[in-house]
Amino acid sequence: MDGLDALKAKYLTAVATAADESALEEVRLGALGKKGEISALMATLGKMEPDQRKAFGAMLNVLKDEIDAALRAKKAGLADATLDERLRSEWLDVTLPGRPRPRGTIHPVSQVMEELTAIFGDMGFAVAEGPQVESDWYNFDALNIPPEHPARQEHDTFFMARAEGENRPPHVLRTHTSPVQIRAMAAQGAPIRVIAPGRVYRMDMDQTHAPMFHQVEGLAIDRHISMANLKWTLEEFCRAFFEVPSVELRFRASHFPFTEPSAEVDIRCSWEGGQLKIGQGDSWLEILGSGMVHPKVLSAAGVDPTQWQGFAFGMGIDRIAMLKYGIPDLRAFFESDLRWLRHYGFAALDMPDLPGGLSR
Amino acid sequence: MKFTLSWLKDHLDTSASVDEITEALTDLGLEVEEVVNPAARLAPFTLARILHAEKHPDADKLRVCRVLTDEGEKQIVCGAPNAREGITVVLCKPGDYVPGIDVTLGIGKIRGVESHGMMASERELELSDEHNGIIELPSGEVGQKFVDWLAVNRPGTVDPMIEIKITPNRPDALGVRGIARDLAARGLGILKPMPLVAVQGGFASPVGVAIDPALKAKGCPHFAGRTIRGVTNGASPDWMQQRLKAIGLRPISALVDVTNYFTYGLNRPLHVFDAAKVKGDLRIHPAAGGEEFLALDGKTYTLRAGMMAISDEIGVESLAGIMGGELSGCTEATTDVFLESAFWDPITVASTGRALKINSDARYRFERGVDPAFTLDGLELATQMILDLCGGEASEVVEDGAPLDVSRAYKLDPARLIRLVGMDIPETTQRATLEALGFTLNGDMAAPPTWRPDVLGEADLVEEVARIASLTKLQGIPLPRVNTGVPRPILTELQVKERAARRTLAALGYNECVTYSFIDAEAAGLFGGGAEAVRIENPISSEMTHLRPDLLPGLLRAAARNQARGFADLALFEVGPAFQGGEPGEQQLLASGLLVGASAPRDPFGSRRPVDVFDAKADAEAVLAALGAPARVQVSRKVASWWHPGRSGAIGLGPTVMASFGEVHPKVLQAMGVKGPAVAFTIAVSAVPSPKVKTPTRPALTLSDLQAVDRDFAFVVDAKVEALTAVNAALGADKALIDSVKVFDQFTGEKAEAQMGAGKKSIALSVRLQPRDKTLTDADIEAVSAKIVEKVSKATGGALRR
Repeated sequence: MDGLDALKAKYLTAVATAADESALEEVRLGALGKKGEISALMATLGKMEPDQRKAFGAMLNVLKDEIDAALRAKKAGLADATLDERLRSEWLDVTLPGRPRPRGTIHPVSQVMEELTAIFGDMGFAVAEGPQVESDWYNFDALNIPPEHPARQEHDTFFMARAEGENRPPHVLRTHTSPVQIRAMAAQGAPIRVIAPGRVYRMDMDQTHAPMFHQVEGLAIDRHISMANLKWTLEEFCRAFFEVPSVELRFRASHFPFTEPSAEVDIRCSWEGGQLKIGQGDSWLEILGSGMVHPKVLSAAGVDPTQWQGFAFGMGIDRIAMLKYGIPDLRAFFESDLRWLRHYGFAALDMPDLPGGLSR
Repeated sequence: MKFTLSWLKDHLDTSASVDEITEALTDLGLEVEEVVNPAARLAPFTLARILHAEKHPDADKLRVCRVLTDEGEKQIVCGAPNAREGITVVLCKPGDYVPGIDVTLGIGKIRGVESHGMMASERELELSDEHNGIIELPSGEVGQKFVDWLAVNRPGTVDPMIEIKITPNRPDALGVRGIARDLAARGLGILKPMPLVAVQGGFASPVGVAIDPALKAKGCPHFAGRTIRGVTNGASPDWMQQRLKAIGLRPISALVDVTNYFTYGLNRPLHVFDAAKVKGDLRIHPAAGGEEFLALDGKTYTLRAGMMAISDEIGVESLAGIMGGELSGCTEATTDVFLESAFWDPITVASTGRALKINSDARYRFERGVDPAFTLDGLELATQMILDLCGGEASEVVEDGAPLDVSRAYKLDPARLIRLVGMDIPETTQRATLEALGFTLNGDMAAPPTWRPDVLGEADLVEEVARIASLTKLQGIPLPRVNTGVPRPILTELQVKERAARRTLAALGYNECVTYSFIDAEAAGLFGGGAEAVRIENPISSEMTHLRPDLLPGLLRAAARNQARGFADLALFEVGPAFQGGEPGEQQLLASGLLVGASAPRDPFGSRRPVDVFDAKADAEAVLAALGAPARVQVSRKVASWWHPGRSGAIGLGPTVMASFGEVHPKVLQAMGVKGPAVAFTIAVSAVPSPKVKTPTRPALTLSDLQAVDRDFAFVVDAKVEALTAVNAALGADKALIDSVKVFDQFTGEKAEAQMGAGKKSIALSVRLQPRDKTLTDADIEAVSAKIVEKVSKATGGALRR
């Protein structure tokens, strides 16, 4: 039995002192290999008496397991040490920048158009579109602005060239999105609810004007829609769009040839500290024009004004974008300065929706 | 439209404050743009009396005064020669701001003597240029506000000026009286009566008038005038000058000032001819064309045929309703004057004014519409005023035509107000409002007054009542939903695609631009546009003369501007309309992307490389995929002239071109001022087909348990053989077994030619075989490989690379 203890001591020492995996493998072969010492002792069991074989065999198995366990533990230890050594050599400067990923942006005008669509879509307004080169009739006459009407001059209209000998009035670059009212009603009839966002053009360029800008038209025609419904709709819109708990609107009598009665709409705000806050304060900010669609406009679009009535409104998309997001200069919208696009633009996945809030 | 408070009060009996009036005006639709209140800067000053004045102990020209003020006796040192005991003065106290010297006063010490304020001169208070001494008031009590004293004694100096914005429908508010009428209807006072006069003519007017028959029906239905002889045309009185100056008009002479006064006061533009300079009678006629006319603005205009003119035997003396002539204008030497009051047709005046680019107060009013029934009354009132101010004797009235009949009436349906506006106003109030505005009610019919050409229907009656009642009071009422429950989708397919294109491009790293729809002629020409049909007749600048045929010119110009600012690497895109023609609807929604410079910034990993065609192609394909384009498309080389002929392509489906991509032609880049490399793509969003069957259900997924086998092939082909030819040939070798074919390498250039022969290259394909029912044997694979080699070799004229 002393022999086994000596054997045990010999191999455990050998395991402990093995310097690397190959030395350890030699130890394993010496003990547990086919020709190893333990294996050799195992081979002697067959010649023993049954009682002796049983007792010696049990002891041998214990010894074998012990050495095996020591070998495995040592092997794992050596592997860890090797890995540690490798990891110690594997050092990188993690303060280096990550690989560049391009980051695109959505223009504020597009973003705000989607915000408008989200809000009015929820109220059942579809999105209508119309051509940007318009006939004189759609841009003016159908909207109750006959030729020579002084309102035409206020539009600073861009005219398209006419072919030699062409007698019709020149086409225009639409001066407002209102012609889409006519086209939408002519195509769909009543009842109808649409908004029509898009580019419009006026011959005007200075600090606060660009010859192209964006408007959104709203139109709701039904049997009983009144100006009070218009006020509520605009209040709901402004509250949702400006993302404030409440808003207060003020209707002021005004004049647009295509609505009657007409109202300019102001929103209560504060400019305290140079910062615009919607919904509070003592100032009023004009944000849009609106009114009840003029009977002549309904007739021009083929809708019977004795049966149908409703409201229309129009507001500047760039303007409400400037108000909401604090963008100072309209003309910069169209200059494509990369610094501006990055600063005021929106991430590709910032898609406005009502459940998540319009802006992030 | 500008007016002053005192002018308004000539017509309106009111005790309302300026704030109340301006608030009401804005609410009534006469939006106040500016209020200039001269009293505001004089508000702190009060009256005081000098009790005692004696020479300053250390200065000969200064006096030390004891002054009685509302705060007791004060000591004030004063340099004015007239500072003496007993006079009533205007006191500025320490802390007050004195406008004329731009100083806020403190307690001073002047040569050792304390001074508690100052006594002001007219110049120091900006009342006049008078500065010979301090103001001495003939009346007033100590402690009284100076502005109150001025309001009573010199009201013109503290008369607030109000400017309002006039919407085109309200010509009546271009006269002070019309504004007063609106305020009276609102309840802010009572409209004072305006007594009319009829001046007896003492002689027949030596100047007669005749309206050409061609104009009587429309251009000039009514013309009245008379001669006033023996007038003295000096300066107009102070009160009139003050009012005219307050609204920004320069007083000229009494006769001219009277016409301006009537223009602004009663919206009744008039004209005065120097009768001595008029030869024969006045004739109102359409111009023959070519007449030269020297107008009062000192410019000479050439009339076009049909323009309305007033001529005498010498020639054109006035451009009807727009501007008088210099030659027959009144001067200080004028003694005989011919006064004109006429009704001119708005449309005729507007078109002439626009054609000649003349803006005048008269044109502004006539083209909006003056009261046709006031022509004669206005003439009489003005005659009286001229006689009062200038003396002289009036002739009988000469007149041609008659007042335009504008009588009409509309049914007043009191229920319409609540139906259309949502405001509940009793019928009696509605009727009273209309009557206050000058409407005549007869049963349920309401006849608008002659000065309201804008009222043309029942809806206008509703507007008037609602406007006077105030829309501010309107309470919102919820707009009922069209459908109950969850809102339905509202966007059209094209709108959904537009969004998808935009969001995909931003996700790919492009910055969205919104560039102008009009570009310069050169850029338009480079991109196949610039035709006459898309030319803008009145462009705002030479950079914006033609509708854009494509989005790339705008993006290239934007790139050039950014390069000039030091940004060399750009990824810009735009989604928007381009125009093929100048007719409504000749526009198409495009999505364009432009890459300039390098693919990435410089970094330690060598990510940076110049952008190339395949960047643009990959992005175009990504957008097409997002728009739902099918995976199998054709790539052709048929592209437009602004692309590099050898490095560009078009992606299409049959005859439909969905997209173009490639390097921008170097000449175009140079013309647009962009430093290359620059690659781009343009997608015709509406050309991408929508799925034929719209269903959210996906086709069933079929997965095979059998392992796929990849086999690689390299072919030596002519350098200009296209890879897609080889790919399609390989795909055709066994449509059931071949799952995909991918190009994974190409070997071109000098080294390749050295190995494979001049004009040759190699293309390497990886073919994935997907068995469906049994595992492939080596023999199966050999068979299909042989077929691939055969098909590709045949299609490309090449051979397997050994």
